[in-house]
Amino acid sequence: MRAVGIILAGGNNRKMQELTSRRAVAAMPVAGSYRAIDFALSNMANSHIQKVAVLTQYNARSLNEHLNSSKWWDFGRKQGGLYVFTPTITAENGYWYRGTADAIYQNLDFLKRCHEPYVIITSGDAVYKLDYNKVLEYHIAKKADITVVCKELAPGEDATRFGTVRMNESARIEEFEEKPMVAHSQTISTGIYVIRRRQLIDLIEHCAEEERHDFVTDILIRYKNLKKIYGYKINSYWSNISTVDAYYQTNMDFLRPEVRNYFFKELPPVNSKVSDLPPAKYNPGAVVKNSLVGSGSIINGTVENSVIFKKVFVGNNCVIKNSIILNDVYLGDNTYIENCVVESRDTIRANTRHVGENGVKVVVEKNERYAL
Amino acid sequence: MIKKEMIAMLLAGGQGSRLGVLTAKVAKPAVAFGGKYRIIDFPLSNCINSGVDTVGVLTQYQPLRLNTHIGIGIPWDLDRNVGGVTILPPYEKSTSSEWYTGTANAIYQNLDYMETYNPDYVLILSGDHIYKMDYEVMLDFHKANKADVTIAAMPVPMEEASRFGIVVTDEESRIREFEEKPEKPSSNLASMGIYIFSWPVLKDALIRLSEQPNCDFGKHIIPYCHENDKRMFAYEYNGYWKDVGTLSSYWEANMELIDIIPEFNLYEEFWKIYTNSANLPPQYISEQSVVDRCIISNGSEIYGEVHNSVLGGGVTVGKGSVIKDSILMRDVTVGDNCVIEKAIIAEGTVIGNDVVIGIGSEVPNKEKPGVYSGGLATIGENSKIPSGVQIGKNTAISGVTSIEDYSDGVLASGETLIKAGDRI
Repeated sequence: MRAVGIILAGGNNRKMQELTSRRAVAAMPVAGSYRAIDFALSNMANSHIQKVAVLTQYNARSLNEHLNSSKWWDFGRKQGGLYVFTPTITAENGYWYRGTADAIYQNLDFLKRCHEPYVIITSGDAVYKLDYNKVLEYHIAKKADITVVCKELAPGEDATRFGTVRMNESARIEEFEEKPMVAHSQTISTGIYVIRRRQLIDLIEHCAEEERHDFVTDILIRYKNLKKIYGYKINSYWSNISTVDAYYQTNMDFLRPEVRNYFFKELPPVNSKVSDLPPAKYNPGAVVKNSLVGSGSIINGTVENSVIFKKVFVGNNCVIKNSIILNDVYLGDNTYIENCVVESRDTIRANTRHVGENGVKVVVEKNERYAL
Repeated sequence: MIKKEMIAMLLAGGQGSRLGVLTAKVAKPAVAFGGKYRIIDFPLSNCINSGVDTVGVLTQYQPLRLNTHIGIGIPWDLDRNVGGVTILPPYEKSTSSEWYTGTANAIYQNLDYMETYNPDYVLILSGDHIYKMDYEVMLDFHKANKADVTIAAMPVPMEEASRFGIVVTDEESRIREFEEKPEKPSSNLASMGIYIFSWPVLKDALIRLSEQPNCDFGKHIIPYCHENDKRMFAYEYNGYWKDVGTLSSYWEANMELIDIIPEFNLYEEFWKIYTNSANLPPQYISEQSVVDRCIISNGSEIYGEVHNSVLGGGVTVGKGSVIKDSILMRDVTVGDNCVIEKAIIAEGTVIGNDVVIGIGSEVPNKEKPGVYSGGLATIGENSKIPSGVQIGKNTAISGVTSIEDYSDGVLASGETLIKAGDRI
C-alpha cells in the first residue's frame, strides 16, 4: 500500500440535463449494471489501494446508498476502508466545497493521518481500466512532482470540454488550458493525478491561504513552471460521461464486443454493489436484438440496439430502439421509444411515443407508478 | 445472557441421490435453482423474512460448495453479533465420534449449540424444498394452541398421498393419527418436514431416543411425541411448495418459473429471495438471437435461440444453437449449431459444436431407471462433450468425455456415461 486514493465525485453538470438533477454524475448508472464510480473504485481495488476517500456534495443520496459498504470493492475495514466525505460545519469552516482543492483542504486531516507516501486522485465520472501502480512507477522514475494521466483524442473529437495539455519531448507538461475556447492540442487531461502526499498537503494548504480553491487552475496551471508536472499517456479505452451525448455513447460502446470483452471478460474485473434481483425474464412476444439487459428485468416487447438496466419492465408490443432505459423503469404496452435516455424509476404510460429527433432525448416523466 | 425465542436448525447434510450426477459433488441444498439461486436460499430467505435470525445449518455430504455459498451469511443478513448462521458439521467428541446417522441424530449431536441460545422454540427445516413461508405465523399458531409440536402440512391429491407422511387431524387441527407412506391413506394432509418444537419437549425426546440407531424425525421423534400424548398440531399451508428431490420434479419446478405469471414469483417485492450473488455484468443478446419464454441470469451471452429454458449466470450459447425446455446452470458453454432439448446441464460444462441432445425415443435408463427418467438428459458439472455427438433421452453424463466414448458418435437413449470420480 504505497498510495491512498481520492475520488472527486462532487460535481453536478448542467450538460447532463435532467439526468443529474437527482444524483451526482458519479452515481450515474453505466453499462446495464454499474455506476460510473465503480470504474474508479475497481481500479483502486485492483491496484491494491486499500484506503479510498470519496469527496462528494451534490445530491449525494444516490451515491451514498451505492457506497454503503466497503465490501463491494473489497477495501476492508481495518487496514483500509472506504470513506465518504461530505461537507460539514466545523468551528473554522462553514462552507460547502468551493472547488476540488477546497474539498481536499476540508478533509486534510484524513490525508495527514495517512501513512502512505503517495496519493492517487481521480474523478468519479470516467469509464476506464487503469493500473495506478504503473502511473506511480512512472511518477517515481520521472522524479515528478505531479503526474497527470493524459489521453490523445482522435482527430476531430471535441477537446474543449476537457483540460488540454501540451507536453515537451520528455513528457513534461508545458501548457495546460482548462476547457479552452479553441483547443490547440488533442491531448487532454483525464483528471487522474499522482502526487506525493506531503507535497499535496503543502500545495493545498498554500492554496487555501491564498483563498484559491480549484485543483486544476490553482495548482496544475499556476504551478506548471515551478513544479515538475509530467504527463502519462494512456491508449486504452477511457470515456468521460459528463454530457448526455457522451453518456449515451459510452453506454452504446458496450454493445461492441471488444469493449464488452475488455471490461467484462478480461481481468481485472469491474466490481459493483450486487443487488438481490432475480434473473431477467423473457415472456412470449419478446424480441431482443443486440442489446444488454440487466437483472430483474421483464421483457414482453421488442428491444433493439439498446441498453436495458436493472428491474425494467417492457410491456407488450413495446418497441425500444437505440435507447438507454435506466433502472426500475416501467414501460406500458405499445410504447415506442427511439434514441432516448429514460430516467430511472420512471413510469411511461401505455401508448406513449418518445423519439429523439435531433440527437438523444432525455425522457423524464413523473407519472405515478400504480395509477396507470 | 443470550436469549432467542426461536432458532432454526436446517438439515442440509443429505446427498439427494435421486438427483443423480447433479449431486455427485455437491449436497442437494447447494444445487442451483432458477438461474442464480441455490435450493438452500429458499429456507434461508424464509428464516430472515420471518424474523428468525439464528440458524444452524447441519452439513455432512460434500459441504464445500454449501460452505462457500453461505459464508458468514451476509447475503441473508445473517451475519450477526449474536446468532446469525452457523455451519454445523459432524465433529469428533471425547467419548464417541460418529457421523450424523439420521435427521434427529444430527440435531441431537448439536444440543450444545441450541442450548447456547436458550430458545423457547426450535424450528426444524430441511434444505430441499422450494417455497415461501412465514415461520412467525406458524409460531403464532403453535403458541395459540399451546402446542408441544406443530407440523406444517399441506393437502395433496389423494392418489399421491401414499408417497408422504400423512397426518390425521380433528376439527381443531390437533393430530390424532400418523401414517408414514400409507397404502390406504385416511387423510390427504401431508407433512412438509417443517416442525416447530417447544424446546423442553424436543430436548427430552432427543435425549431419550439418543440410543436409537439412525434416529429420524419422521420415523422416531414424531411417533415418540405422539405416543407420549404431547399436544401435536398440524399447521395447514396452502401456498406453493415443491419438493425438488427428483430430476423430474426439479426440472418441472424450474420450468414453472417461466410461466408469464408464475405461481411461485421471484419478481415480487414482498418476501424477497436472497442469494450469494456473483458480481456479474449484464447479459448480452445478439442480433441473431431468439429469446422466447425463458429466464436468463447476469453475465450470459446469447448468440443462438433459447426457448422455454432457465439459464444461470455466465452461460454462453453459440451461433445457430437452439436450447429448448432445458436448464443450463452457471458458466455452461454451448458451442455453435447445437440442438439441446430437455436437458439439465450442471455448472461449468463445456459443450462442443454441432452437438444434439435429446434424440431418439424414450427408453428407460439401464442403470438407474428410477433416477434418470422423464426423458431428460442430465450432464454433471464440469463435464466436456465433444463436438458432433448425439445424446439420447434418459441419459446421464459426467466427466470429460471424448469422441471415443460415443459409439458412432451417439450415446443412445437410456445409456449412462460416467468418466471420472465417484459412480453415482
